[in-house]
Amino acid sequence: MKVTGVDFKGRDIISIKEFSKKELLHVLAVAAQMERRPDPHLLEGKILAALFFEPSTRTKMSFEAAMYRLGGEVIGFASEKVTSVSKGESLHDSIRILGGYSDVVVMRHPTEGAARVGAEATDVPVINGGDGANQHPTQTFLDLYTIKKAKGRLDKLKVGFMGDLKYGRTVHSLAQALSHFKVEMVFIAPPSLQMPPGILEELNAKGVKFKTIQDLKKGLAGLDVLYNTRIQKERFPDEYEYQKVKGIYTLSEKLIPLFKKDLKILHPLPRVNELSPALDGTSHAVYFEQAKNGVPVRMALLALVLGAVK
Amino acid sequence: MSQTGQMKEYKVSAIKNGTVIDHIPAGSAFKVAELLDLSHTKGTISVATNLKSRMLRKKGIIKIGNKELTENETNRVALFAPLATINIIEDYAVKEKRKVSLPTELHHLVKCVNPNCITNKEDVLTCFRVVRKDPLELRCHYCERVMGQDDLRLL
Repeated sequence: MKVTGVDFKGRDIISIKEFSKKELLHVLAVAAQMERRPDPHLLEGKILAALFFEPSTRTKMSFEAAMYRLGGEVIGFASEKVTSVSKGESLHDSIRILGGYSDVVVMRHPTEGAARVGAEATDVPVINGGDGANQHPTQTFLDLYTIKKAKGRLDKLKVGFMGDLKYGRTVHSLAQALSHFKVEMVFIAPPSLQMPPGILEELNAKGVKFKTIQDLKKGLAGLDVLYNTRIQKERFPDEYEYQKVKGIYTLSEKLIPLFKKDLKILHPLPRVNELSPALDGTSHAVYFEQAKNGVPVRMALLALVLGAVK
Repeated sequence: MSQTGQMKEYKVSAIKNGTVIDHIPAGSAFKVAELLDLSHTKGTISVATNLKSRMLRKKGIIKIGNKELTENETNRVALFAPLATINIIEDYAVKEKRKVSLPTELHHLVKCVNPNCITNKEDVLTCFRVVRKDPLELRCHYCERVMGQDDLRLL
């Protein structure tokens, strides 16, 4: 598959903001191809260094699965404690050395900006598997892929976001990525957890139609997609404030009458009490499929940056 | 020449050779002095602030003897004084008048406001892109945090 003006070979995947609409769509198209017809020899002889300076079972395992499905090998670690960083080595030096052992690096780090430092330290492509509260671009790619697959399109959709919109990096990145498309957005959250003004300004500047709303029931009206996120207790100044919103932001089967018939619900998981298991068996739930989509999307990104597909 | 004209000439030309930075917001004169690392300059330095100004109501002026600001230094001034005028003085006369202009990127000059940014945890040189000039907004190249004028801290 070749798309003019899109070249991923050797490219770092650090921030979703760096991708044009054409590039986003190209990754999704390659991911669909990977899901349909994975070539088990595509990355034979290639080594992925999975450098997880903080634990993340799913991101790590889905990257590993993606690499194995394409015939590649994986080296790496899942805790900073086992690395030379614990001996005082700089992140730059660590990545420069470990990058030298592999053809591509995936890194997760608790500090914001760590992935960019990693990308500058090594010549091999670096994929950001999450840098603190900043970016987690492969999550956004798989969110977009899930929406495209569930709805058949990314344009002409009304997408709701609910939960912790202030601190949730997945909602920030997804809103930014969706701003390339004709999407109307509804941000459902208590005022203390609403989308940061900076992001709303960005959306405004791009001409995106959106509204912020506190009432979940009203916010659900007419949605094609709902991206639910966990409200983290520790974000609240006091327990009382948390208890007040906790119950209000639970998506349960009682709300089904308010859903559009073909509403699809996404959630980056893990969930706590904001998403009732009673919805799991309904046609609305696509969150487990969303998690599974992490593999073809990561296969696509690995194959693209290694130049195995165009 | 009017009284005002005489005053103006005096303020701008009182040094024989060097640079006069005019139209600094009153609250930023010392920040600009710090930014230019003037405490290590050997020539005569005068920092005046809270002077009357038609443009800013109150302004600051810095006079630096025997030093001609480079283009890079001139542009750094724009961080705290976007409306500043730089007068290069030669033999008591204004040889050149420059307006400051903020560069599109700032390298190793200001500190990131985000305590969890890698630049605050490891020995990484900071880099910021200027997102907006007025009001000033800088985006950290590493952690992507956007900071405004009030967050600015020099390295």
